[in-house]
Amino acid sequence: MSIAATQKRGFGTVLWDYLTTVDHKKIAHLYLFGGGFFFLLGGLEALFIRIQLITPENDFLSAGLYNEMITMHGTTMIFLAAMPLLLGLMNAVMPLQIGARDVAFPFLNSLGLWLFMFGGILLNLSWFLGGAPDSGWTSYAPLSIQSPGHGVDFYVLGLQIAGAGTLIGGINFLATVVTMRAPGMTYMRMPLFTWATFITSVLILFAFPALTVGLFLLMFDRMFGSAFFDVALGGNTIIWQHLFWIFGHPEVYILILPAFGLFSDIFSTFSRKRLFGYTAMVFATMLIAFLGFMVWAHHMFTVGLGPVANSIFAIATMAIAVPTGIKIFNWLATMWGGSIKINSAMLWSLGFIPTFTIGGMTGVMLGSSVADYQYHDTYFVVAHFHYVIVGGTVFGILAGLHYWWPKMFGRILHEGMGKFTFWVFMIGFHLTFFIQHFLGLMGMPRRYWVFLEDQGLDLGNLISTIGAFLMAIAVIVFLYNVVHTAIKGDKAPADPYDGRTLEWTTASPPAHYNFKQLPLVRGLDPLWIEKTEGKGKMTPAEPLGDIHMPNGSILPFIMSLGFFIAGIGFIFQVDHSAWLIAVYVGMAIAIGCMLIRSLKDDHGHHIHKEELEREAD
Amino acid sequence: MSQDHSLNPETMPAEPEKATLEGKNKFFGLWFFLGGETVLFASLFGTYLALKNSTAGGPTSNDLFGLELVFLMTILLLTSSLTSVYAMYHMKNNEFKKMQLWLGITALLGLGFLACEIYEFAHYITDYGFTFRSSAFGSAFYTLVSFHGGHVIFGLSWLIALMVRNAKRGLNLYNAPKFNTFSLYWHFIDVVWVFIFTVVYLMGKVV
Repeated sequence: MSIAATQKRGFGTVLWDYLTTVDHKKIAHLYLFGGGFFFLLGGLEALFIRIQLITPENDFLSAGLYNEMITMHGTTMIFLAAMPLLLGLMNAVMPLQIGARDVAFPFLNSLGLWLFMFGGILLNLSWFLGGAPDSGWTSYAPLSIQSPGHGVDFYVLGLQIAGAGTLIGGINFLATVVTMRAPGMTYMRMPLFTWATFITSVLILFAFPALTVGLFLLMFDRMFGSAFFDVALGGNTIIWQHLFWIFGHPEVYILILPAFGLFSDIFSTFSRKRLFGYTAMVFATMLIAFLGFMVWAHHMFTVGLGPVANSIFAIATMAIAVPTGIKIFNWLATMWGGSIKINSAMLWSLGFIPTFTIGGMTGVMLGSSVADYQYHDTYFVVAHFHYVIVGGTVFGILAGLHYWWPKMFGRILHEGMGKFTFWVFMIGFHLTFFIQHFLGLMGMPRRYWVFLEDQGLDLGNLISTIGAFLMAIAVIVFLYNVVHTAIKGDKAPADPYDGRTLEWTTASPPAHYNFKQLPLVRGLDPLWIEKTEGKGKMTPAEPLGDIHMPNGSILPFIMSLGFFIAGIGFIFQVDHSAWLIAVYVGMAIAIGCMLIRSLKDDHGHHIHKEELEREAD
Repeated sequence: MSQDHSLNPETMPAEPEKATLEGKNKFFGLWFFLGGETVLFASLFGTYLALKNSTAGGPTSNDLFGLELVFLMTILLLTSSLTSVYAMYHMKNNEFKKMQLWLGITALLGLGFLACEIYEFAHYITDYGFTFRSSAFGSAFYTLVSFHGGHVIFGLSWLIALMVRNAKRGLNLYNAPKFNTFSLYWHFIDVVWVFIFTVVYLMGKVV
């Protein structure tokens, strides 16, 4: 409540508040904090990789440690940085954009968050408990079966727990969009970021269970002596590759579609124009999502699935360029003739278009199954996926952070530093990865910890490492910007950018119930409609009345802790069966929490009309 | 609680499970969850189909499976799905006692199914030495069927917890969605079993 928020609160109170919160805006803060922390860890790992490769035959890292670095860099960045940061933005913005007071399952929202946190912590504990996973972020069998120590076990359990959290988050968003849109907010009036959240959640829902099964099979093989990947007993290692990529390819669309969505919103806002081709944008998003499930085997062209399978998957892969091209042209057409305002959010969006287009073009090159034999497992692939994931997702996250920072935290990020961050990062990024296309074409394989002198690879690798340090500098400036803004940043008005969508009708940051009265939506870009008709604010769709809100709960935290303890137990019961106690205790805690949740009635609470009237508008 | 009144109306609406926003959310949420579960089982079926002939010299599906027991299990589970439909029918007519009765029968049939499954596994292990570790076929078989069995155990625990918790207070708009989501889940388990019956057992006897 904004009255309570103005009073100074102790650290313990704030901590307890965040541990028990079911408010989507606070959960968003935690996602951003957790994702940001793991982003820094993953970035540090990237720097170690680049330092190792700065000169030929460097001995900065040992071969084993290098394997751990690349594995943890990939796994951390995908599962613990990019996705949680996106989930944070979705949590912060999507309910506001559809005019909802909260999500459909606030309790599950919190549970998803804590599962992600504990999964991430479990995975990273491996550094201190006998070594990190070292079989690549793809963890292919039989390498992952043979990998000694507990590294891969941490990978399996950490991702299993974090993945369950993501799945829960996806289901929550789906139900939220279906049932909780404000009066008049039809599907085809939803902002593109909301659409992207919705479709991404569908992808999460149908992709993650495949990973769940793959991880279970790996876990059973490593810990309980099953034979899924044991060829001597009739096992088949290709099953892992199929399951991993049936999950893994939709996963990359899980990473990019939210970025597409928020770029659409940003282009439209800062061009002061309705998004060009709204309907086409929505259906292009759906088409990308649909095709995303049809192309997993393009990661497996060299496995030997045969020319027919390879051709089908190659064509399906190239087909994705069509809806993506539609999007690129629609963004350009949105800006065409608009009155464009360039600030840091817009800079990231503008930088995204050429960067992502390069990544998309190398994607089509890789999609050609015959040519792929040449590119496979070289730095060309590394360059490609960094162009799409950094140039798309990370640019998107940074654009979204700059755009919605005032809405999330009530202060505007410093523009000068924002622009500096963008230019240094943009230059550093292209220095690092553009040259890697050529390194790959010249035959430099990925995942090798050294390369030989005078093979034509020395200069390219040096440039690449310099670029990586530029990106690090940019990130440090961004962090300084965050601290600076928190201390003396400008207070943000409710609508700092002359926005178009519903999130800009709420205060910055919004009251915890978001909308005192739910707004009546009369079309696409509802706030803009009211502005053009001279009213400037939304018409309420309901009289002022009591607001029903969910209660906070510590159970999601304890439940996730239970799974975390059980995870530790599973990992170490291989060494000594006494660790099974941890499995039983952890599972008992988790299941006990579920039982309490099921048996104890939780009706939520009401904010009374009188209380709402007392608060200033 | 201020809203106890609104959750205990004088006359129950026609669809008490979807009368509140929370109920509607639970209904959609569970359907979405089942979508994810479908992929989970599809992945397990895919794995099983890839490995079902990888017996590593051990017993094959044709040696192991006896259709009599599996037929009995199928009847038990299909009937339990039917009885859960009766329970939901009575829920919609606000007849709590009858709903509890049919849910009780559902639980008993589910327990019967589970007993048969445990007997089946014990039979394979003791009489054929066919275990989770014997071959890739063994791993795939036990994983697929036990994931289903695990879902049955979870469903039964859920059902019994719901029945005991609400035994004394009857139906209201707060717990009606809970019973309804359970019944959706139970139907899903049943559907998965139909596929296991076909793909694992019937096809296992043919090939």
